[in-house]
Order: sequence, then C-alpha cells, then structure tokens
Amino acid sequence: MKIVVCIKQVPDTNEVRLDPKTGTLIREGVPSIINPDDKAGLEAALEIKDRNEDVEVVVLTMGPQQADEVLREALAMGADEGILLTDRKFGGADTWATSSTLAAAIEAIPDVDLIITGRQAIDGDTAQVGPQIAEHLGIPNVSYAEDVKLDGDYVIVKRQFEDRYHIVKVKMPCLITCLGEMNEPRYMTPGGVINAYRNGNIKTWTRDDVTIDDSNIGLKGSPTQVFKSFPKALKQPGTVFELDPQESAEKVVEKLQEKFII
Amino acid sequence: MSNADYKGVMVYAEQVDGKITPVTYELIGKGKQLAGELGTEVTAVLLGSDVGALPEKLEMRGADRVIVVDNAALNVYKTEPYVHALTTVINKYKPEVVLVGATAIGRDLAPRVSARVHTGLTADCTKLEINPEDKGLMMTRPAFGGNIMATILCPNNRPQMSTVRPGVMQKLKSNPELKGHAQIIFEDINDFDKHDNTEVLEIVKTIQEKMDIQDAKVLVSGGRGMQSPENFKVLQDLADVLGGTVSSSRAAVDAGWVEKDRQVGQTGKTVRPNLYIAVGISGAIQHLAGMEESDFIVAINKDETAPIFSVADVGIVGDGLKIVPLITEAIKAEQAAKNEQ
Repeated sequence: MKIVVCIKQVPDTNEVRLDPKTGTLIREGVPSIINPDDKAGLEAALEIKDRNEDVEVVVLTMGPQQADEVLREALAMGADEGILLTDRKFGGADTWATSSTLAAAIEAIPDVDLIITGRQAIDGDTAQVGPQIAEHLGIPNVSYAEDVKLDGDYVIVKRQFEDRYHIVKVKMPCLITCLGEMNEPRYMTPGGVINAYRNGNIKTWTRDDVTIDDSNIGLKGSPTQVFKSFPKALKQPGTVFELDPQESAEKVVEKLQEKFII
Repeated sequence: MSNADYKGVMVYAEQVDGKITPVTYELIGKGKQLAGELGTEVTAVLLGSDVGALPEKLEMRGADRVIVVDNAALNVYKTEPYVHALTTVINKYKPEVVLVGATAIGRDLAPRVSARVHTGLTADCTKLEINPEDKGLMMTRPAFGGNIMATILCPNNRPQMSTVRPGVMQKLKSNPELKGHAQIIFEDINDFDKHDNTEVLEIVKTIQEKMDIQDAKVLVSGGRGMQSPENFKVLQDLADVLGGTVSSSRAAVDAGWVEKDRQVGQTGKTVRPNLYIAVGISGAIQHLAGMEESDFIVAINKDETAPIFSVADVGIVGDGLKIVPLITEAIKAEQAAKNEQ
C-alpha cells in the first residue's frame, strides 16, 4: 500500500522573539523545522510501515526550494520517497489554494491508499488544509487523530474531541489529520542521513507536473487576502512588588479587596 | 450570483449529546452585533437528531431565525453528514457571513464546507468587524503562535466564513421573553446515505464533572514553577476559597501534572475570568495569548524578568509555594471576619 504524508517546513515559533521596541517579529536565527503535527503524522506512517509488509511512504511538501530540507529529514527517518512542489505560481496561496494544489499533486501520485497530514501548522494554526485536501479529492477524512491503525481495507482512528474520543472506522482511500501528542517521532539514523543527502529519492514538481486550473492555485486561487498584519497591542503592566512571603500575601489580598473581587 | 445576492449572518449552533456548546451563544451574540451593522438578521443552524427544545434555547439567546436539520444520521458528529447538511443549508439560504465555533468539531466541519462551497475561511478569529465602507467582514486572528495579529478579508467569494475562538466573544443572556419570536424552520434532507463513509465504533468520555476553565470566574493557574503535581493542592485550596477552579500552563500539562483540558493558551483554551492568578508561570507568548483578556491578573513568580509580569495588574516576585497558602489563610480570615459582622 502507499501512504502520502503531507509535511510543511515552518519556522520554530517557540524560538520567535518580539523586538521589545517595535513589537515586530525577529526572524533572524529562527530555525526551520518539520511542523510538529506533521512529524507525528510521518511517525504514524512509519509505524504502519514497520508493522506491515509492502508499505511505501511518500512525503509531499509545497514550498520554496529550501523546503527540500524537510523531505531529506523525512527520508533519513525512513520515508521512501519525497516530492517537492515548488513554483512561483503556487506562491501566496491561502488554505483553499494550498489544499487544491496538494490535492492535484496527490492525484498525480499513482495508487494512493492513505493520506496523512498534521492537524495544523504552528505558523498558521488553521487546521484547514487537511480536511480541505480530502474535500478536493472527494474522500472521507478523520481529523484530530491520536492513534491510527490499519484493519484490512479500513483505518481505525482514535479521534479526539474536547471531552471525549471516538473510535472511528473509515475505508481507504481516506485522509487522517494527526495530533502532535500522538507519538514521539523517531530520530534520523546516521545511515539514513547519508542516504538522504547522497542519493535521496526526491523529485521536484512544478506547475506543469500537476493538472489543475490556474484559477485554483497561488494568490489568484485564494479567496482570502491578508489585509494587514500587526504586532499585538501590549497591555500596560501593573505594579510589581518584591516583599517577604507574608507581606506579599497581604498585598495580594489588599489588591483583591480594592477591586472588590473578595 | 454577485456578492449582493448573499444576505444575513448565519451561525452554526453546535450541539453534543443534546447540549448546546457555549461558543454557540457567543457566536449569536457577536452575530447580532454584525447583523445590526449590516441591517440584517441572525440565523442559527442546528444539526442533530431529536433536537427537542434546543431551537427555543437559541431564540432566547437572540437568534432571529433557527434552521433545524433533524435526522438520525446526525445523531453523533461525523464529518461527512454534517458537511452535507450545513452545505445544503448554506447553498439554499445564501448568507453573507457564516460563523462557526473553533472547536474540535468546528475546525473539522468548517474547512470542508468552505472547500465545497468554494469560499474563504479564516481560522480561530478573535475579532470580527464590519468595514463601514464596503460592508465586508474584517476577520482578525493571531498568527505565528500568537506573536502577531493578522486581519483577513474575503472580498470576492461568499459567504465570508470564519471559525471563532471560544471564550472571546460576549454572549447575550437568555431572555425568556424572546421565546416564540424566532422563525423556526425544519429542513428536510434525506440523502445522507450517500454522504456517510465512516462508522463510529465507540464513544469514550474522558472528563468527569469538572468546571470548564472557560466558564470559571476565578482561575488559579500553575506552571513549571509548581515543581510537582502534589503542589497543585495549594492552588486548589486557594481556588476553593475564591470559588474558582485550577488551570495551568502548557509546561504543567506536558509534564503530566495536570489534564490537557486545564491548559490555558494558544494550543489550550482562551479564558477571560474576572480574576486570573498565575503561579510559577513564566508567561510564554502562547500562554499570554490565552489569558491576557482576563479582567484582573495576579502573577507570582520567582523570576523578576518573567514575561508574565508584563500583563499582570499585580506582580509578586517570590516563591508561590510559600505565598499562596498565606493568601488562602488571609482570605479565609477575611471571610470569617465578614461572617461575624
């Protein structure tokens, strides 16, 4: 069987700092990583490969040329093949155009049984692209997976909600979006790293390699537009006290009384 | 069809087990305001099976119209039948705005619906405004892990769709006088068998009867500085005397000290209690994004440079493990003195 895992190269937003004077993002020196939910999805696919015969794992990413780094990392973890979708014409895409482009790429990969994506990317946090790919492909999806198992032609998914989970059975082909908490992704192996960089099986696809209308890709294919982005308004800080524990406690109680909270 | 052919604000009324999810009422509250500016009305769309008196609850919260799809196929949330039902309603009634709660259901349902009706969707909005010039919806949301805000437009496609973070918009109080005022329409949809490729084998509830941190008026929140799960007891004691509940930062959840449903922040829940007491929480930007709208914030942290102090109304540099029990005692003494008066 063939599993396609969609991954995204993202800046590690935990490392992003704000310039205290201007309130703007400091992007220099911020490392690029495989989006954590996507990496968990890749691990889930590799675990299926570990446990079953004849499983092929293809990793797919869309982005600039340098996004091939995440494909090499995925190959070094154990994926069989990487596809980089890169073209200026894909640029400026919102989730609608991104998902339609990825869906077109998946349609160009023969015999796909299962598609795995992360729930959401840490730079956008939308959680939209996975379900939207499934919609464009006309296949079922199950989001927020905490566990994925094969059962013949079916996938059994533990689907997380706020206060419960469902065990969902879904026939392949289908798409699953994975939560970062679902597993601990494996490390790259040294042999895998050497292979991934020396003779890694990575293809580069451009606009002409996918069958899709121009009106459904890139900026032109995006119903949403960013009107403006701006730093968060900072709240004026209150007073900070440095007292002994008893005085501290009294100060807090005094302030709560002033505000009529107690 | 031009944009002008789409009218009205539509709100997805999420229900689980026959209970309306609270964010629904927040969406109706916000929807009323937007509809007022657009000179139009708010329609709530309720999907489920044997919905009983739920439509009345929606009208008492301010919905001008309630559209109900009541079908056994909608008994339990499954993506495909719910997408089919909501899409059918949107295509028939053609609203200009559709709001959906950014819940584990809404964030699965809305993306597929937006892809099917070919329109834009803006995720996890924290602010919604009508542009006075062209009457378009301006949807503002945090991006980059809460580091920046972005305002998104959907100029050429309709409806303009948005998922909205729970706990951010203000709900209206239930008003019994509104009962019977809304138009309640039952939509018959019968071809669910063509839109149902999954089977729910089992449903397991994971949370017992604990107060949802988004409903709490007082939150006592602990982070890495609490050092151990046992130390959360002192936070519980303080929460008890204040009539509140305990929440936490991501660090305490990742350490396994507290349940995930207690987590405040970008990847947890957004809260806006009357009082938020942060103990041993440094205040990563992702945490601040989830609590800085609280009415009054007290922060206790050993590190005087902790970013949490930048949003705190009162900051205390010190050891929360020592100070919190003293606060609890002092409040108990105050309450005892008041009772004697």
